Amino acid sequence: MTVPDRGAAVRVRGFGWRYAGRKAWACRGVDLDIAAGERVLLVGPSGAGKSTVLRAVAGLLDPETAAEQEGSVEVGGVPAAAARDRVGMLLQDPEASLVMSRSSDDVAFGLENAGVPAEEIWPRVDEALARVGFRHGRHRPTAALSGGEQQRLALAGALVRRPSVLVLDEPTANLDPAGTATVLSAVESALTGAGTTLLLVEHRVDAAAGLIDRVVVLEPGGGVVDDGPPAEVFGRRGAALAAAGVWVPTPWGPAAPPFRPGPGGDVVLTARDLSLTYPRTRRPALSSASLSVRRGTAVAVTGPNGSGKSTLAMLAAGLLPPDTGSVRLSGGPDRPLHRWRPRDLCRRVGTVFQDPEHQFVTRTARDELLVGPHRAGIPADAAARRADELLDRLRLTRLAGANPFTLSGGEKRRLSVAAVLATAPDLLVMDEPTFGQDARTWAELLELCVGLRAGGTAIVAVTHDEAFASALADERVTVSGGVPATAAEVRS
Amino acid sequence: MTLLQTHLSTDPGAPLARRNPVAKLAAALIPSVVLLVSVDPVSSGLLLTAWLISVPSWGVGWPGLVRRLWPLGLAVVMVTLGNAVFTARKGGATMLEAGPLLITTESLATGATAGLRVAAIALPGVLAVLTIDPVDLADSLVRHLRVPARFAYGSLAAFRLAPLLAAEWEVLGRARRARGLGGDRNPLRALAVLGGRLFALLVGAVRRGTHLAVAMDARGFAASAHRTSARRPEFGRADAALLAASALLTAVAVTAALATGAWSPVLS
Repeated sequence: MTVPDRGAAVRVRGFGWRYAGRKAWACRGVDLDIAAGERVLLVGPSGAGKSTVLRAVAGLLDPETAAEQEGSVEVGGVPAAAARDRVGMLLQDPEASLVMSRSSDDVAFGLENAGVPAEEIWPRVDEALARVGFRHGRHRPTAALSGGEQQRLALAGALVRRPSVLVLDEPTANLDPAGTATVLSAVESALTGAGTTLLLVEHRVDAAAGLIDRVVVLEPGGGVVDDGPPAEVFGRRGAALAAAGVWVPTPWGPAAPPFRPGPGGDVVLTARDLSLTYPRTRRPALSSASLSVRRGTAVAVTGPNGSGKSTLAMLAAGLLPPDTGSVRLSGGPDRPLHRWRPRDLCRRVGTVFQDPEHQFVTRTARDELLVGPHRAGIPADAAARRADELLDRLRLTRLAGANPFTLSGGEKRRLSVAAVLATAPDLLVMDEPTFGQDARTWAELLELCVGLRAGGTAIVAVTHDEAFASALADERVTVSGGVPATAAEVRS
Repeated sequence: MTLLQTHLSTDPGAPLARRNPVAKLAAALIPSVVLLVSVDPVSSGLLLTAWLISVPSWGVGWPGLVRRLWPLGLAVVMVTLGNAVFTARKGGATMLEAGPLLITTESLATGATAGLRVAAIALPGVLAVLTIDPVDLADSLVRHLRVPARFAYGSLAAFRLAPLLAAEWEVLGRARRARGLGGDRNPLRALAVLGGRLFALLVGAVRRGTHLAVAMDARGFAASAHRTSARRPEFGRADAALLAASALLTAVAVTAALATGAWSPVLS
């Protein structure tokens, strides 16, 4: 085993990697020297190859997946592939990182693989759990932990191997603000006093700024284009990075957009006394919730994970039958919304899901925009015109023939919104629309919502994103423990 | 699916629940294999009674067991009725006659025997599976049966994803409704929607699986040549006793069936 907490240097020389089946290089010409114990943030627009560089350093790039590769990556003076046990890695999705059903067993997993004798395992597991501030019992089922706590556990699972280099690939991308704070503070406390080298990709740069002492900027196909202390790099390149979609922390990035009120209008949706308890659960996900939404306004629904705000959105969109109460939409069939036929529903209500992939039902981006209108009985020529208009407006024309599943994260999000807007619904329900998006897509989504609302569309947005809610919401609903509280914000 | 989906709230400290997973599985396997050989009410009835009596010692509550086992109950009823109707043995008094449908006392007895046998074969396995923690099972398989660790823990990690996929399936259904799909009378179109939903589930599953593999390799799973085990599953005297008891019980049941002349091998 390695000596605990002594950092290792990372040396990348002329590194390039092209995945099999891809024309473009994921990254190329990357030169980077990281001294032992340095804490480096890797930033760059989407497609710059940040994740590929991280995986190369972790020794996890499988040569069989490469069509071409060049250059070298060394950790502590040996090729990264041979130094795997000196690198600990934390990935985006904690659900897909945990192996065992009991917390302590999961932390022990990496030590078992390393062949550590059984009697040394448990003391080291306890030490790692303490180091990341994991306060639940050893036997706590991993499935019963929140996303932030799962990620904290995964961090313990990486640290217990006493890595010389810790590599974090957007560890907070799947978490709510509370979970993000949990994980970043766990990283901070784990690294305090340790000499571990840190290499981090994190799109909430503002939240991670306190952890790092150096920023390296990657450009698609251009390798490293800037390098230095955070204040210098962001000072020099803040505007350019922000324009490329990078979240630049506050002193250097653009100011938060101001609130713009919607025009308002008649009530379009009325929900009364909604309750729902999911099968095989005891506690209701939502109890006696009421909501009324007017045309030309935006309602932001906020609250912690598991508070029932997504359930409220699904009920409001007519996608789930409530146990009690009903949702009514003005005009259309005289039935509760959840009993509308899908073809009627998609004409009036558009729902944007948290994961855009869940919504895709065809093989090309353009077809995605034609499904809804076809089902709703909109004439084909009108549908085609609107499809082309939306593709253009959301910068997707170039990708009209592409398979939706092959698009980048931001493109997928834009397509999922365009597909829903194709039927020109008068109510738009969005579940975490800005989740994981870069700064550019974020601003576009906001602009689009403001425009739709000005045209009379009613918007219900479930979101953790405080900046998005502040810029858009005419009204706020806060859900906690399945009980929503409406607070009409008085703004002049 | 309902049988495996969620862990039943059991008392893990109950005398039989605490036993080694491999011992539990073997103890459940012995009567099942023997019952496959013969269709008779005596061996099936004795073994089923014995296993029913053992239910409390597994730490499984009756209400939970009944809730979980209704598909099995349904299967037993179907097997009983099916055999009662379709058996060639139609002696005895006629109980029900409606056109080609004929149920007599003898055919009903034949059906009941078949149903009893299905219940007696299934119950031991169900009790064992319900009370086994998957991690303990993987540990025991690796330690006692020399199953390769790569296979055992790889499968374990994959099974953890099952509830996530179940949740994703629901979301995909809602997303299709939101896009205006579904609610068709045309079965072909309904099938196409279902196919698309399955494909999307598959894409998600492959992606999750790939991420899981990377996460496991990042913790040295692929490279591990000399793996150790943090937990030491023991195969103790009580575990051996469970095996012996199961074997003894099965032997008694077979002897009783032979002695009463009820024994009737399937292949003869």
